[in-house]
Amino acid sequence: MGKYDFKIPIGPQHPALKEPESFLLTMHGEKIASMTVRLGYNHRGIEKACEAQTYIRDIYLIERVCGICSHSHATCFVQAVEEIAALEVPKRAIYIRTLIAELERIHSHLLWLGVAGHEIGFDTLLMYTWRDREVVMDILAMLTGNRVNYGMNTIGGVRRDITPEQIPQILKAIDTLEERTKYYIQVATEETTIIKRLSGVGVLSYDDAVRLGAVGPTARASGVERDIRRDDPYAAYGELTFNVITDKHCDVYGRAVVRVCELMESYKMIRQILADLPDGPIAVKAPRKIPAGQALSRYEAPRGEDVHYVKANGTDKPERVKVRAPTLANVQVVAHMLKDGYLADMPIVIAAIDPCFSCTDRLISVKDTDGGDKNIMTWPALHSSSIEWYRKRGIDFSDLNRRFKVPEN
Amino acid sequence: MMANVFFNVLIFPGFLFIVVFGMAAEYVDRKFCAKLQNRIGPPWYQPFADLVKLVAKEDIIPEEADAGIFKLMPVMAVTASITAFLYIPLWQTQALFSFYGDLIVVIYLLTIPTLALFLGGWYSRGVFSRIGATRTMTQFFAYEIPLFLAILAPAMLADSWSLSEITVFYSRHLWLLLLNSAGFAIALVALLGKLERVPFDIPEAETEIVAGTLTEYSGRLLAFFRIAIDIELVVGSSLLAAVFLPFGLNLGFTLGFVLYLVKVLFIVALISLLRTIFARLRIDQMINFCWKYVAPVAFLQLIVDLVVKGIIKQ
Amino acid sequence: MIKPGKMMIQVLQSLFKKPATTLYPFVKTEMPDKFRGKLKYYPERCIGCMLCVKDCPSDAIVIKKIGEKKFQAEINLARCISCGQCVDSCPKDALETTKEFELAKLNREQLKVVCNEETCSSSETKT
Repeated sequence: MGKYDFKIPIGPQHPALKEPESFLLTMHGEKIASMTVRLGYNHRGIEKACEAQTYIRDIYLIERVCGICSHSHATCFVQAVEEIAALEVPKRAIYIRTLIAELERIHSHLLWLGVAGHEIGFDTLLMYTWRDREVVMDILAMLTGNRVNYGMNTIGGVRRDITPEQIPQILKAIDTLEERTKYYIQVATEETTIIKRLSGVGVLSYDDAVRLGAVGPTARASGVERDIRRDDPYAAYGELTFNVITDKHCDVYGRAVVRVCELMESYKMIRQILADLPDGPIAVKAPRKIPAGQALSRYEAPRGEDVHYVKANGTDKPERVKVRAPTLANVQVVAHMLKDGYLADMPIVIAAIDPCFSCTDRLISVKDTDGGDKNIMTWPALHSSSIEWYRKRGIDFSDLNRRFKVPEN
Repeated sequence: MMANVFFNVLIFPGFLFIVVFGMAAEYVDRKFCAKLQNRIGPPWYQPFADLVKLVAKEDIIPEEADAGIFKLMPVMAVTASITAFLYIPLWQTQALFSFYGDLIVVIYLLTIPTLALFLGGWYSRGVFSRIGATRTMTQFFAYEIPLFLAILAPAMLADSWSLSEITVFYSRHLWLLLLNSAGFAIALVALLGKLERVPFDIPEAETEIVAGTLTEYSGRLLAFFRIAIDIELVVGSSLLAAVFLPFGLNLGFTLGFVLYLVKVLFIVALISLLRTIFARLRIDQMINFCWKYVAPVAFLQLIVDLVVKGIIKQ
Repeated sequence: MIKPGKMMIQVLQSLFKKPATTLYPFVKTEMPDKFRGKLKYYPERCIGCMLCVKDCPSDAIVIKKIGEKKFQAEINLARCISCGQCVDSCPKDALETTKEFELAKLNREQLKVVCNEETCSSSETKT
């Protein structure tokens, strides 16, 4: 650390982050020398809470892991449970699930476009893309009854059906959105200030993307051609034809291009789904007690690969549920991308991986840096160690005039 | 006589008028920006309501900040902006007070709010404030020279350093205004830098450094800074209107006043339009842009005016 | 072709279009049918099977027996997440979701709704 280096906390609360996470940047003037990431501010104990609820209740709990990719988590969980119970889900239910999944991808990517515009100071793009996002939200409210957290899945199928009157409305909305998306592609590729801010920023080469384990559009913008919808088809994706969008730019501009082109692919897929929608029931009756077994299910969320692991033991409550959200794989890439970057690029680089920290914070095992072995704390030990931590730094909770000293770590 | 001067300085067109007009200009800016972004926008009393809310809140001064300078800077910013306003001709060719060389004084007084922002941010001693303060100063070196050159060019043509005499000259030779259009564009771009609006709002980049120099300010001190920013908008626009659009200045009071309002609000609307169609630039990109494109055009405008002046003299 | 100000035309056209935002709360938007808002309970259809209580993810509904074949529901609107699982689980369609979503109150106690024969025979629930 040079004499004039200083540390900036892009701390838990910061206007650049939509959700709390701590990035401690060491600055050398306007350039970033290094970065430390601390996760865990959004840890709510969902995995533990899942073990205390029945499977039906768990669908809603898992859905609320994230607001934007709620259907991804719910579908991934339900697919794992159906695999353990060996249920034959009817075709119509699978197609409806895929339809909602693609609509969610559209809504998430439009949201990302607006947030990226806001991070580089282009508020007009934010207003326009979120205005168009309202079209998708209205369709989802009409189909599922809510604008986020759709609650469409149940174990064995879906809960609501699509009536024939809703199909023309969906198609009309998709036509409007396709026209608007073509305009955004033009703006993103031709507007000088956007290109200046997004190009050459947050560079991630192909080898680094593979080595660091990036997933989703972040990896696809570096040329890594991985998409769970094609490599390991789930739901109805085996029967749909679509392209996997990759890009050679390897920077934030490439990620924007990948996401906007994925929007166009989603429109094609939705039209295919609505044209081939099979008839039939929308759910099979699922037993309340799921037989013993375990399953791993993968899903291509808008942010990348989402993995759920469920272990059942014959009762009506799961024994273990583990969620690995895509942002956990991508957040390790951020430190690599920001090295030798400018401070002004920090918000757009963090926003380019489309962070969803609510998804990310799951069980963390604490590694003792002095001893080097892992140490899982029990609740009373955690409670007393936190009081001790504050007391060592001179904070006594009985004294209201406290002075904070920034710890050296 | 003294009562007349007091009335002019304190009420009209002095302190009270400027503050009210500043709030009106901020409303026009926000409403126009909102309409361009396809939304409704705030009601007409919003800037006033914001100021009332800020004044009612507590001033929190950080422990490590230098309290004297911290409290002095907003006041300095406001007073410098208002003083600059008194020398600009508004709706007649004679400003409230004028003397030979007041053009330089006005530009100098307009740099004081930038200095106040820098010192206020530096002496707040927080990380974000310091970064914002250094960015303010760095940006200052990029736009100040083109702004000065762009305003100097018409002055060279009019052969005078006094704003009032410049407007008198152009009122007589109206067609010479068209020669200064390039200067108008340059001055507009440089004014965006001075007022810290997108694409040059780097010192106050909300998503990167929270609020830049104004991070630690709250309550009445922040209200004063906000008033200073509004007044700077009006003063900058009036300066541009006086130097580049000095027509219709001898139409009498009522018509001239309305024409003045239209001119200033037109410039404010142009600033809003530029705000909506660009993203924010990085500081190094901004300096590159200013020195590669803006400054040469300003030099060119100066040369054109000098050549025309030589032709006219013959 | 890369040029600055690409959005200028669209932005200027927006000046003449209707704004996309509304002045809520003075102008209210209608929610679509089947929107999952506040719950409505039909006490005459309830048979007290308690399936809704078992399946509610947040324990927001409690069914109490107040007489022979007469039940009342105590719904805690603060806990209800409007998922609609109780509506699906009920074998007798005694629960229904309505379109009402403006449920904010200043006092937490006012969010506990009690529905029985007197308070909600066929229309509004008492708040």
